[in-house]
Amino acid sequence: MSNTFTTVSPWRLGVSEAFGIPAAVLSAGFIGYGALSADAGYSLWLTTLSTVIIWALPGQLVLHEMWGLGAAWFAILLAVGLTAVRFLPMAMTLMPVIRDERHAPWKLYLSAQFVSMTSWAVCMRRCDDLPREDRLAYLIAFSVTCWSASLVTGAIGYYAGGLLPAVVRLGLVFLTPIYFLCMLAGDARTRLARISLLCGAVSGPVLHRIDAQWGLLLAGLLAGTAGYLLQRAIGARRA
Amino acid sequence: MRDLLFVIVACGLGTYVWRALGVALSGRLRTDSELFQWISCIAYAMIAALVSRIIFMPTGMLAQSALPERLVACAVALAVYFATRRNLFLGVGAGVATLIGFGCLRGV
Repeated sequence: MSNTFTTVSPWRLGVSEAFGIPAAVLSAGFIGYGALSADAGYSLWLTTLSTVIIWALPGQLVLHEMWGLGAAWFAILLAVGLTAVRFLPMAMTLMPVIRDERHAPWKLYLSAQFVSMTSWAVCMRRCDDLPREDRLAYLIAFSVTCWSASLVTGAIGYYAGGLLPAVVRLGLVFLTPIYFLCMLAGDARTRLARISLLCGAVSGPVLHRIDAQWGLLLAGLLAGTAGYLLQRAIGARRA
Repeated sequence: MRDLLFVIVACGLGTYVWRALGVALSGRLRTDSELFQWISCIAYAMIAALVSRIIFMPTGMLAQSALPERLVACAVALAVYFATRRNLFLGVGAGVATLIGFGCLRGV
């Protein structure tokens, strides 16, 4: 820090940069999640707990839906675990940026809980500008701010449902699928991702009709594998 | 609800395991391998399957809306999202507003 002119604390920097687009986008997702949970009859405490300890909206949504359909707990765990595998490459690429000999390993393992799509994307871009010893503080400050905003807006979504007219409540419950629809469509830049998304979108309703409890897990495994193999087949023909 | 608490905690651990493993393996494993690609395909496909199932066969309150209404709302959301250079707020807002509009017309 001695070689910089203005010394802004990385904690303050993380908090102030999380307020704005990152926290607002997450809030939109979590308002919908809160409304969806209230509609399904889950308690606010369990809704909040899932945000605190899972901290990954796709996994939370999978858990929410599969539990509602009466799926076996190990099927739910397997499905949620599969949606979370994406954190492995994220943590693997983020940690070399964050790591510093002054940080104890337990701090890195603690900070791993905060690895999410948003924090990963922002920190990978932003940490290059920060002194190495400040990066962990930045990640934690940024993530805890996003986390807090999500907890508060999740509770707001949960209660807003009961106060608003039925037609607005309907819109709030629709927020989560629409949010994911836009995110997935916007995210699918590679052909591999697009093929997998399409296979998944077709197989979801079909396999749900065949077996509601295992349908989602099967749809993911079958459609994902089909997408992967299709891409390889197309790639091989072009090569 | 105690069982649900157990499942939430288990899923929290099942999610954290990947994050922690990422810390342990960082710098020791390639992240662009075929295995990673296959797994990310499965994760993508599963979320797409879930979203598509919710839109085509909703449970709970959303089942009160009609399928054409939901499909038009999705189309509006995507059109606005891409027309505004991927503005998530405008896209999501337009989709939700469309469904609310249909609801008002029917008098929900």
